[in-house]
Parts: sequence; structure tokens; C-alpha cells
Amino acid sequence: MAALVEGAAKSAHVERKNQKKPVKRYWEKTEELKNSDQPTSDRSISTENTADRCTSTENTADGSTSTENTGSVKRRKGGQIPSGKKDPFPGEAPIPQEQLQKYQRGSKNNVPKGAQRRLKEAIAWSETVSELAQKQAARYDLLLPEDAGFLEGDEDEDTCRISQEDIADAVDITSGSKYFNLHLSQFGPYRLDYSRTGRHLLLSGKRGHVACIEWQSKNLTCEMNVMETVNDIKWLHTEAMFAVAQKKWLYIYDSEGIELHCVKKFNDVLKMQFLPYHFLLATASATGFLQYLDVSVGKEIAAICTKSGRLDVMSQNPYNAVIHLGHSNGTVSLWSPNQKEPLVKMLCHRGAIRSLTVDKTGTYMVTSGLDRKLKVYDVRAFKPLHSYFLPAGASCLSLSQKGLLSAATGDIVQVYQNVWGGSPVSKPYMAHRVRGQVWGLAYCPFEDVLGVGHGEGFTSMIVPGAGEPNFDALDTNPYRSAKQRQEWEVKALLEKVQPELIGLDPGQLGKVDQASFEQRHKERVDILGYDPLAKEKFKPKAKKKGRSSAGAIEKRKRKVAYEDQRDVIRQNVEEQMKRQKEKSSESQQLGKKSTLDRFRKQDK
Amino acid sequence: MKVKVLCRNPDDYVRETTRDIQRVPRNYDPTLHPFEVPREYTRALNATKLERVFAKPFVASLDGHRDGISCIAKHAKSLSTVLSGACDGEVKVWNLPRRECVRTIQAHEGFVRGICSRFCGTSFFTVGDDKTIKQWNMEPPGCGVQEEPINTILGKAVVTGIDHHQREATFATCGQTVDIYDEQRSSPIRSFSWGVDSFSCVRYNPVETELLASCASDRSVVLYDMRESTPLRKVVMKLRSNTLCWNPMEAYYFTCSNEDYNLYTYDMRHLKCPVTVHMDHVSAVLDVDYSPTGREFVSASFDKTIRIFPKDKGHSREVYHTKRMQHVICVRWSADNKYVLSGSDEMNIRLWKANASEKLGVLSSREKIAANYNKKLIEKFQHHPQVKRIARHRHLPRDVLKQKKQQREMKEAKRRKEQNVRKHSKPGSVPLVPEKEKHVVAVLE
Repeated sequence: MAALVEGAAKSAHVERKNQKKPVKRYWEKTEELKNSDQPTSDRSISTENTADRCTSTENTADGSTSTENTGSVKRRKGGQIPSGKKDPFPGEAPIPQEQLQKYQRGSKNNVPKGAQRRLKEAIAWSETVSELAQKQAARYDLLLPEDAGFLEGDEDEDTCRISQEDIADAVDITSGSKYFNLHLSQFGPYRLDYSRTGRHLLLSGKRGHVACIEWQSKNLTCEMNVMETVNDIKWLHTEAMFAVAQKKWLYIYDSEGIELHCVKKFNDVLKMQFLPYHFLLATASATGFLQYLDVSVGKEIAAICTKSGRLDVMSQNPYNAVIHLGHSNGTVSLWSPNQKEPLVKMLCHRGAIRSLTVDKTGTYMVTSGLDRKLKVYDVRAFKPLHSYFLPAGASCLSLSQKGLLSAATGDIVQVYQNVWGGSPVSKPYMAHRVRGQVWGLAYCPFEDVLGVGHGEGFTSMIVPGAGEPNFDALDTNPYRSAKQRQEWEVKALLEKVQPELIGLDPGQLGKVDQASFEQRHKERVDILGYDPLAKEKFKPKAKKKGRSSAGAIEKRKRKVAYEDQRDVIRQNVEEQMKRQKEKSSESQQLGKKSTLDRFRKQDK
Repeated sequence: MKVKVLCRNPDDYVRETTRDIQRVPRNYDPTLHPFEVPREYTRALNATKLERVFAKPFVASLDGHRDGISCIAKHAKSLSTVLSGACDGEVKVWNLPRRECVRTIQAHEGFVRGICSRFCGTSFFTVGDDKTIKQWNMEPPGCGVQEEPINTILGKAVVTGIDHHQREATFATCGQTVDIYDEQRSSPIRSFSWGVDSFSCVRYNPVETELLASCASDRSVVLYDMRESTPLRKVVMKLRSNTLCWNPMEAYYFTCSNEDYNLYTYDMRHLKCPVTVHMDHVSAVLDVDYSPTGREFVSASFDKTIRIFPKDKGHSREVYHTKRMQHVICVRWSADNKYVLSGSDEMNIRLWKANASEKLGVLSSREKIAANYNKKLIEKFQHHPQVKRIARHRHLPRDVLKQKKQQREMKEAKRRKEQNVRKHSKPGSVPLVPEKEKHVVAVLE
């Protein structure tokens, strides 16, 4: 301490003559640089200089080799501060292009030609408003509190060789405790489901064991044995209710394990999917039926006979709530509750489909089949992107929020990164061997955790970079209180999307309906059951005294025949006559032409 | 090995004490919010339904008059004061927040035909069937002192309407002629007539304050300049106009209520044809008044309803009626743009909300935001059939509904007949006349 003071005094003594230097700011460096460039800098020159600098940075950014965050967007020229100093950051802060891109919804509206002033103004105004919203949302990205996880190996170290134990040791205690095993060998292979907030976990053993766990605190909320085969299990909209597909019927329990409903309309269910924004529970049964249960009112919305046998491969597209079913003949069919036929049917594999999953943006679908292939499809264009060969074939697939694919081959769980990137993936990102045959795979939302249900129980794996780091508390909040959950439930029920709105394009409702007149007319005829624009057929009145003979009736009919088209016909005929006349007159004139006419000046 | 695993500190996401508000971290990433459009549509549908659920426009009824209300006037300065005149010559001054009559004057014998407040709000004028124009003090006289007018002018003929100048001490009355009075004199300083036997309404232009417009019994609307000795121009229509009102914001537009069930908005620079024809009433329209914003106006009709029209739309956005309300004689839009006052035959003045589903009273900021959001949603999805159907539906009294149907049929029949005539006559001999041009007979300069 004393030495420090001494040093300070010393320096003061030495440099007393010098002016006291102002506190150095982090932008000072550039200022100095500029001054050195132009030593005789008066105001006008220096402003020019800043302008030059601006353009030069812009050029480098436009060159797109430098991945500088700032500078890709042009800054407005700032005003001068009265003291003569220049604002080092003139204008509003720039927003990186990729962030802007993220929040772009559709392309810009162009003003149609010949639009009226009011329409033009309305379009221009809506464009400015949406641009502002996009910018503000992009700016907000800076304030997001968390960053995604990652795992990087040292040189010549494969990330897939790093074991879970090593990772759990390397990270902090709370994260390390997310790797754990549950040894449940008695009730055999387990399926699982995480709630939407990622706080609660449901486990169901094939032989009837059902458990509901708050997995981070390892708190068991309920455990029971339903004394029946359990095929599948799913949370409903909150962690207060879950559905269990048992041997015969579908049951709904509350979080205490009390049976609330036994839905006997839904029998032999093998797989279930819950559509959270529609409050629909979609079930696929062994009898080939795809059924939808509205859990908010307890009504069956649709029961579709798919006519393709036992349905044990099912997934939902989170982007448009379309159900994907995999069949034993290698096809995948897409279903909505509004249509008895599949929306799309695509042949994906040579053998039966074993598993499939769709990413959260609804762009990619990953399927695996008995032909031991793993294929990535673009489900907007219905085109294959990549095909991988896995020696053992994948029995279970799951995609995380950040797009990590996990595939289970036998008792090994492999995690792949970037499966739909430009180049095909050669080796897995992570791998882990569990104790038994894998039966269920699911990523925990908003956590770097992959849950694996297998023959010997349950394993929770740490997969860095799997979960979305920043949640939106108005949509799903892992830290919500009971009161907040109740409020959210009311709001969610109020804005429940009707099942009629399920289709391939969820944004359809916001687009202009450009159905042609014929199409609309046809629909109208279908609805009404008759053609409102059709004319009644003319029926001549019956007249007496022999004037209603067949010939007379025919004559009267002819009087009104084609009445609506008569004008057009008349016009056409007149035009034809005119043309003929002209032709004939021309030919007459031609006849009069002399040989010297060719030297005459042309009229036009 | 470098590894980072997502690990959140719950302290950053949970409120510290129960007295705090809950933390709500947001992430606006579109991929976290699927079904944007269907959810927004559902919200819009809910908002539309709630708007109709909360549409309870009737606020209060002011009773106390002993005969039908013939005229209402707003106080020039005070929002809470309203003046009304009845068919028995009684004038009442009302306090709106307390919903009670604060003063009663037996002003005239016979009808009170017109009433208007002076621009400064210190006094008001009434005209009646007894051929007098009286000026009254706005302050009530002291206890025990008899109500006396400040000034009384005895006219030669019955005066049917009055309006005061915006800034100067002059006012205009109409009867057999349109007269301009100076407040200090007992005879008119100027009087206009243009071959007309009587006028029903006269109104000063709120911006070009020297301009006047009046409705005459020869089916015409006449424009005057106070500084000139002769009227400017007039437009003659098929049927008589009852009253007119200037648009306070775009004061070259005025709207007149007509006997042919329609209202016509004219641009005073182009009287050849109206800017807009407002149709919806099923009987003669008796009175019209603009909102202070100039975006909408309210009209009162003999069919026992009042309707609110956007200034540039042909049809009304709102219709108000009650079982007890009879023929509505006069209507005024309050100066704060929130209320509408209507005076009707059965001796009551009714106070309505201008926006039927608006919540009254002080709104918290969240309420305001929610209301604005809902309004925007309804606007955004207004063309969707479900939303449109719900937003457009209004309950109408059976008579009005029946007449509406009847008139639609009549109109359709007329149109069909005209079409047939056109079809069977020489092309061009029966021209197609647009609706706007049908109602103007002539424009005279």
C-alpha cells in the first residue's frame, strides 16, 4: 500500500509540468489516429474525414470477408456537439444484417400499379411500421441474457469420445447433476416425455410403471403402476395433466396420479402427440385410426381411418401442427384433422419406417427405416437433402431446439450436429452407451439435456448446445409460479387455435385469397346446392285453341334463345360484314391501279 | 476439452420478494412463436366478440321536460353544461356529470325553435314561436330573483333557427329570411332572401367565420357571405333538407340531413353533386351534428334511431335505439368527442357513448394498451368473413328492419325497371345516372 502511494507521488513529482491527461476512453484510439492523419484539422475537414471513414468501413463490410458485427448497416451522420467535439457514434446503432434477417416476415409489399392514394399511403405506412418492429426486435437480441452451450475438443480429440462422466466433472455442480441414471429394471423398456417448460418428466414402463418427476430437483410428484401395458405417455397443456395410452383405452391422469378420464372412444393407442396451441391430443392406434381429442372441451374432433395398418411411428410438425405418420411400406403421410385423405404421401424408404422427427421450424424432416438408412428431407419442397447409412439403423430419432439430431442404434445414443448443412456429416458430435435397448428419446426444452428411456431405466445425458438458451416467458416459462401458470392457462385457452386452421401453411390466413371467380363460384354452388347465377330455362306458356302445338312452342322458344348473347353476335356479324366490305372495296381499288401508281408517294 | 452447458441462475428469473412484480424475460425469435397468424386471428375474433359484448352505449336519460325536446345546444366553454329547449317554450340547463337539471326557464310561448350559446359562454340566445329572440345570462339569477332575459328582440315573423358568430357579437337567425343581427341592435343589420318563403336552419362556418349556410323550404341549401348583400349560391335538391352541419376540421364540407332518408355531404366549392350520399335511415333525417374531430357525424331520424356515420362512408357504422325513444328531433356530439346527446319526442334527453364499447372512466396504462391492441387487431382482420359478420351485426327494431327490407326491394325493383327500359330503348337515350347525381336538381349562382 505504502509503495503504491509512493509511486504515485513520484510520478506526480516527475510530470508536474505536464498537463493532466483526461481519462482515456475506449474510442480515443481512433480519434488520435485521425488526428495524425490530418494534423491541421479544422471542423469542415474533419467531418469530411469521418464521412470517409464511414464509407470505408462500409466498403469492407460490403466486401463481406470481414465478419465485423458493426458497420454492415450504414450509420446516419451525427450532429455536431457545440463544444466542437464530434460524436464518436453518430446516428443510431447499426444492426447486423443476419439479425434483421431473423425477424423478417415475408417480403415487402409493393404498391400495385394504378393504386389509389389512400391504398398507397396505407401500404407505405404498414411497411414503415413493420420495418420498425423488425428493427426493434433485432435490437432486443443484444439484451438476451444467456448464451448457448458448446463442446469443443482439444487438438486430435474427438468430441464423440468425450464421456458423459468427463463432461459432468468439468462443468459446475448444478449442470453436472443433470447427468444421472435411474435403474428401473423391473418394468422394462421406458418411454418418456418432458413438459413444455422442461421442468417435469414423465416416465412410463412398458409393464405399467408410470412416474412423474420434477427432474432437476429429483422430486417425485407421483408414481404408480397402472397394472396394464402402457404404450405411450404424454403431458397435456400443463404439468397438471397427462395422458397414458394403455393396453385398451386412453386414460387421463392428473399430476397426483388420480384417474380423471377413461376415453373409451380411443382404443389400442400406440403413439400420441399433443398439439399445444390447438389443445389437441392426436393418437395413432393399432387399428389404423388417427384420432384427435380436443382436451379443452373433451370432444373427439376427428377420427380418420388411414387404411395403412398398425400406426406406431408418429411425429408432429411443430411449425404447422400437421401429423406425420410412418408406415410399414416405407411411406410417410402427412395429416390434418380436416381431411380424410393425407395431405401428402411420400415414399421415403425401401423398408418400413422406424422413426421420424421434424424440426421446430418445420423445414426439415429426418426419417430412419428398416433399410438402415437415415434420410433428411426438406418438407416444404418434399425433396431429399441427405441420406446416411447407419450400420445398425436408428430405432429412435429426436431433434433438439437448436437442431441437434439424436439417433439411437441399439443401446448407443448418437448425437449429430448440422445434419441438414451443406455437406453430409461424417461422424457424430457425441455418443453414449446406455445399459439397455433404447426405447424413447427426447430433448428437454430450454436445457442441454437429452433424456433416454431404455430397457434398464432412464438416463439423462448432457448434450451441450442442444437447448434454446433464452425462453419467452409469455409463451413458456420454466420458472413460472402457480399464479403465472393459471394466468397463462386462461390466456392460452382464449387464443386456442381452431382445428380447422391446421394446414400445410399456417400463414395462409394472413394472405390475400386469390381464388379465381370460377373457383369461388363453384364453391358457392357447392354450399348452396344450386347455381345462383344460372338462368331459368324458358318455358313457354300453354296457350289454347291449338296455338300450343309442338311447332308453335318451338317457334316461341327460338324467339328468346340466346337473348343475352345476341348483342355480341350482332356485333360480330356487323364487324364481319364491314371487313368483307373493306376487302371488296380494296380489291376494286386494286383493279383501278395503274402501273405508274407504284411511283406515287406513299400516304403514310 | 472446452465445454459450456446451459445453466441458469434461478435468481435471475424469479422475483426476489413476493412484493415484486414477476419477471418476464422475452425472446422475440419467430421460431419460438409458432402459429403467429392463426393465434392473432383468434385474438382478433375474440376482440371482435368482446367489443360486441361490451357495446352498451346508453349512459343516461335526462328527464324533466314536459313536452318534446325541440332543440339542444352545447355550452361553448363548459363540457358539463347542456341547454335544451322544449315544445312548450321551456328551456332547461343541465349538468351532465350530475345528470340533473340545474335551471328551468319559461322562455317562450309555444315552441322554442332554436337555442345557441354565445362563443364566450356567458350567455345564450333562444328563439321561439312567439316571434321573439331572447338573450339570457348563463349564470342563474340570485335566490328569489325572477328569471329575466338580458335582451329581447321582437321580430316581425316567426324565427325558426339561430346560430352565433364564432368570434364577433353578431348572430344569424332564419325564418322567412335569413337575418344577421348585431347584439347591440334590435333590428337586423342585413337580411337575405332568394325567392324563398321560409328557412329551417342556419349555421355559421366554423373556420371561414363570415360564411353561412341555410336550409330553405324550396328544397335548397343556400350559402351566404355575411359581408355581401346577396346570397352566394344555392343548390336545389329533389327533397327538402332539414338541417345542416359544417365539418369543423375541413370546413369546406357540410352535411345536410334530408327528407328523402339520406344525408348528403357537399363540398361548398363544387355543389354540382354531393361528395358522399349517406344512406341507412328508413325515415326522414331530422338533425345532424359533426364530432369535434370531423371524422364522424351523428344523425337523428324520424324512424326513432340515431346513427353514426364516418364522414366518407356511405353507410353508418353504428345505430342506437331504445324501446322508449320516439322520433328523435335533435342530436349533438359532445365537445370531448366521447358522448352523443339526443333529444326526442317523448320528453327525454338521452346521453350515449360515441363509441359503444368504450370503457368509461380512468384507464390504467395496461388497459389502454390492451384496448389499442384489440382495436388494431380488429382493423387488421376486418375483411375476414367471421370477423366482418360479427362486427357488422346490429340489432334493429322490427319496424326499422321491415322498412329497410321493403326499401331495398323497392330500390331493386326500380333499378330493374330502369335496366329493362334501357334495354328496350334506343342506345344512349336512357343514360346511366350515378346515385350521387340523382338528387341534385340545379345549382344557382
